[in-house]
Amino acid sequence: MAERYKTAGTNVETTVLGADEIILNMGPQHPSTHGVLRVKLRLDGEKVVGSECVIGYLHRGVEKIAEHRNYQQFAPYVDRMDYVAAVSNGLGYCEAVEKLLGVEAPPRARVIRTILTELQRIASHLFWLGTHALDIGALTPLFYCLREREEILKIFEKYCGARLTTHAFRIGGMQYEAYDELEKDVERFCKDFDKRVDEYEALLTENRIWVGRTKGIGVLTADAAIAMGVTGPVLRASGVQWDIRKAMPYAAYDQYEFSIPTGKSGDTYDRYLVRLEEMRQSRKICLQAIEKIPAGPILGKVGKVLKPPPGEIYHSIEGPKGELGYYIVSDGTTQPYRVRIRPPSLMNLEALDQMIRGHLVADVVAVIGTLDIVLGEVDR
Amino acid sequence: MNDTIARSILVVSLVKVVVLLFLVLTAVAYLVWFERKVAAHIQGRWGPYRVGPHGLLQPLADGVKFLLKEDATPAGVDRFLYFSAPLLTMTLAISAIAMIPFGPASIHIFGIATPLVIANISVGLLAIFAITSVGVYGVALGGWSSNSKYSLLGGLRSSAQMISYELSLTLSVVGILLLAGTFNLSELIMRQDGYTWGHLPKWNLLNPTFPQILGFFCYFVAAIAETNRAPFDLAEAESELVAGYHTEYSSFKFAMFFLGEYASMITVACLASILFLGGWLSPFPQTPGLDWTRYLPAGVLAVAGVALIIHGVRYINVFGRIALPVLGVILGALSFLCSQPGVIDDIQGPFWFLAKVLFVLFVYVWVRWTLPRFRYDQLMRFGWKVLFPVALLNVILTSLAVVMRK
Repeated sequence: MAERYKTAGTNVETTVLGADEIILNMGPQHPSTHGVLRVKLRLDGEKVVGSECVIGYLHRGVEKIAEHRNYQQFAPYVDRMDYVAAVSNGLGYCEAVEKLLGVEAPPRARVIRTILTELQRIASHLFWLGTHALDIGALTPLFYCLREREEILKIFEKYCGARLTTHAFRIGGMQYEAYDELEKDVERFCKDFDKRVDEYEALLTENRIWVGRTKGIGVLTADAAIAMGVTGPVLRASGVQWDIRKAMPYAAYDQYEFSIPTGKSGDTYDRYLVRLEEMRQSRKICLQAIEKIPAGPILGKVGKVLKPPPGEIYHSIEGPKGELGYYIVSDGTTQPYRVRIRPPSLMNLEALDQMIRGHLVADVVAVIGTLDIVLGEVDR
Repeated sequence: MNDTIARSILVVSLVKVVVLLFLVLTAVAYLVWFERKVAAHIQGRWGPYRVGPHGLLQPLADGVKFLLKEDATPAGVDRFLYFSAPLLTMTLAISAIAMIPFGPASIHIFGIATPLVIANISVGLLAIFAITSVGVYGVALGGWSSNSKYSLLGGLRSSAQMISYELSLTLSVVGILLLAGTFNLSELIMRQDGYTWGHLPKWNLLNPTFPQILGFFCYFVAAIAETNRAPFDLAEAESELVAGYHTEYSSFKFAMFFLGEYASMITVACLASILFLGGWLSPFPQTPGLDWTRYLPAGVLAVAGVALIIHGVRYINVFGRIALPVLGVILGALSFLCSQPGVIDDIQGPFWFLAKVLFVLFVYVWVRWTLPRFRYDQLMRFGWKVLFPVALLNVILTSLAVVMRK
């Protein structure tokens, strides 16, 4: 029986004369599944007719571990979920526990938290841009992106001694005072950074091959995006203006001026543009924040032993990849009764199947790249 | 008497084959080094630096590594084809170089004048195209016989791609054939001798009858696709098909594919310089005012030698501090040799030829590390709807121009 498929992004209609489908097993060891994602692709020639994600290769039982650690002890574990954005993970967890305890971090800590988190967002987006371009075959932007990311990691290293899994914040504020030249370092980074983004744009934005490879690929309409529960840049590229930093401000975001970039068509190209613009906006936030860092203590009044009152709390922040939520149930002891983490990558990954149907194998890697998943976070 | 001459011609040919084979394999190895260095500097890195000064012994280390790796054969392969595919690719890629002339002068071995080409046949260009087009079998068979889906997809992609771009590649040089009226590569170069308005070389790229700019564009793009290089490297698209048709190959079988790819790069770069850039002809007319350009080969070698010595004595390790200056002294000696009356005329051809080939190769590398990769359907659309019509247009315009000239 002859079936007809329409290739998305092209106007080519092909007729398949009862040809057998191939099952192609992509991953968990594959150069561009961003870790240990495994996708079972049903292919008709090179066209994807269906797919199935197999996850769990990096499952470490992070949520279960939480039930056997006290609140402070669990904090370093969240850094290992989204390991390219450890600072954001830590912020979400610390704020969730603070909410549960009913304390607030002092203003100084909140501003420094905002600066570090925004730097982390830039670092995460840089890493995304490099690997995404690598997936599409442009090998050079990766090195330029890592060069800038290095500057951010140096700032982290100067601040807390760690580069990747920073554990920068503590429940109730932060443990370390900002080092003397923090403002100067951030300013120096921000000063060059705008030009660097222009450099990436010069390499990619108007490159015809790049546009051809990303425009119209992996389209996610606004309705579909909301229905799938995707968040972050993926949602905003579909034209939904939803950013928790604006909708439910946390840390010190209510004090700063920034805009939420949105896309129109929800394709890979729009997601690329949205993330680039987000990097510029993050830079803007950093510049505003270093202008006036309030003086005062950095750690609020929390005891050495944390015993939150029985109850439950859900707190979410806008991580680089989307809504990062922590749901914590306390039974009044020093250890949480249950911690449930809402990782943005997992929810975004759900949309993969519907985004790649009808596309070619080459587009699958482009779409995986554009979703910006980190398997440590998907599997936890 | 005739017997003796025939025998010595045979011996001379054999010697030439051995020397050229050695040179080509070395060139291939150092092309890899060159590509890695250029790529590294494009990306703000240093590239190979550990094995020998500036990584100059890296090709040697790579070769040893390829030889010593386990030669794994996956289960369920078609053994005969699986083993013959890499052999086919490498042999064909290297044998195409036999037709390339490297200079106009004849050198004297055992008293017999012999030109700088192994097979100076009347249909040299056709022979090269014939040999390279058989090269697609190596890729297709390698992909098919490996019994792996990634290899199969890679093999399928590249056979479709190579066959499509073969047409544009061949069509793009038809303009030149119309202008020159010969298939012999040495003659093709000699037809490009002379200068328009006294200074502008009459290379086919700037041919006074009809400049082959369109043809050069088509040739260059099609040649990149023909050699499966980025942005047309779909056959081995790393991020999609792991390694494409050679996913299941390891050890020296992989090295053969590798050698084949770089050897065919050299072939198409040589052809580009022969067909469009005037081969071994100097870009400067030998008028009294520009007579000094004859000393350019010697000058370049001298500058390189001095630079190596100055840089070498301050190198970070002892080996480099000895090896680099020694290399510099050798280059200096070569430079002195190249400025001597007997040699200076002989060296012009190979020098300019190599310079042009290196330039083309550099552009190749540059393109690879700058552009993203095409998608399969885009590649096909580009090949058939852009490149092919443009090549055809070039043929029509050139033939019109040739007729008008007459």
